[in-house]
Amino acid sequence: MTTNLLFDFTVDKASKTVFVTREFDADLSLVWDAFTKAEILDQWVAPKPFLAKTKFMDFKVGGRRFYAMVSPEGQERWLLQKYTSISPKTNFKMSNAFADKDENPELPGSDWDYNFSEQNGKTKVSITIYNESLARLEKMIEIGFKEGYAASMKNLEELLAALSQKMSH
Amino acid sequence: METRRDVFQAIADPTRRAILLLLAAQAMTPNAMAEEFRTSRQAVSKHIQILTECEIVRQEQKGREIYYHVNATKMKEIDKWIEQFKNILETQFNQLDKVLLTLKKQKK
Repeated sequence: MTTNLLFDFTVDKASKTVFVTREFDADLSLVWDAFTKAEILDQWVAPKPFLAKTKFMDFKVGGRRFYAMVSPEGQERWLLQKYTSISPKTNFKMSNAFADKDENPELPGSDWDYNFSEQNGKTKVSITIYNESLARLEKMIEIGFKEGYAASMKNLEELLAALSQKMSH
Repeated sequence: METRRDVFQAIADPTRRAILLLLAAQAMTPNAMAEEFRTSRQAVSKHIQILTECEIVRQEQKGREIYYHVNATKMKEIDKWIEQFKNILETQFNQLDKVLLTLKKQKK
């Protein structure tokens, strides 16, 4: 599948901030759901062959999402997110940190600010990511993301093809 | 002791960014840097200490003087991490594209 969807990524090292803008070929409510509902998030946030497994997600201000990235060997790396602000279908903010299996965050984490807007049936998501520490960014890459990313895409394509076939029957 | 400094901290300060720019052009002694910034040797030393702890500059003894260099490997390391982080996001979003496609089909 070739896409001409906008992807913009800039970094301001001095302010420890990453700016990301991505366009999606779907309407706003669907994209909003994809970022705010555990059952959809689990389908795309983990790079195959990793799996995302949400233990709980309470999408409200002050609520938390506790989930794991699970390696093919079954190794779990837990993350804890806390929602600090929500304006439905417009914006939400959260803090994000790695955690142990008992929900104790490993600080410092990072702060994520998501903005959503729809234009001509496409939805633009602009994300500002503030990293308190570069060490965290490094760790995020370390935990195994770097493996299997390229190989993963094929697996996913096959899976989704199978899924959409199932839907149409 | 575990170092608490990281590279982002090194570049969070405008004076340190200026020092790095200066050192990128040429290796310098703390005295020369202090002169350049019209500030005290102590003030410059403090910044250099932080930059050294972050391993973003290296010192080299030349005769009686200590010269500071930019550690190019460390600078590249930041870019490498950022690049990998970018790849992660890109991959996630490509995965999301497919999920959205499936969801749209499902709705119809």
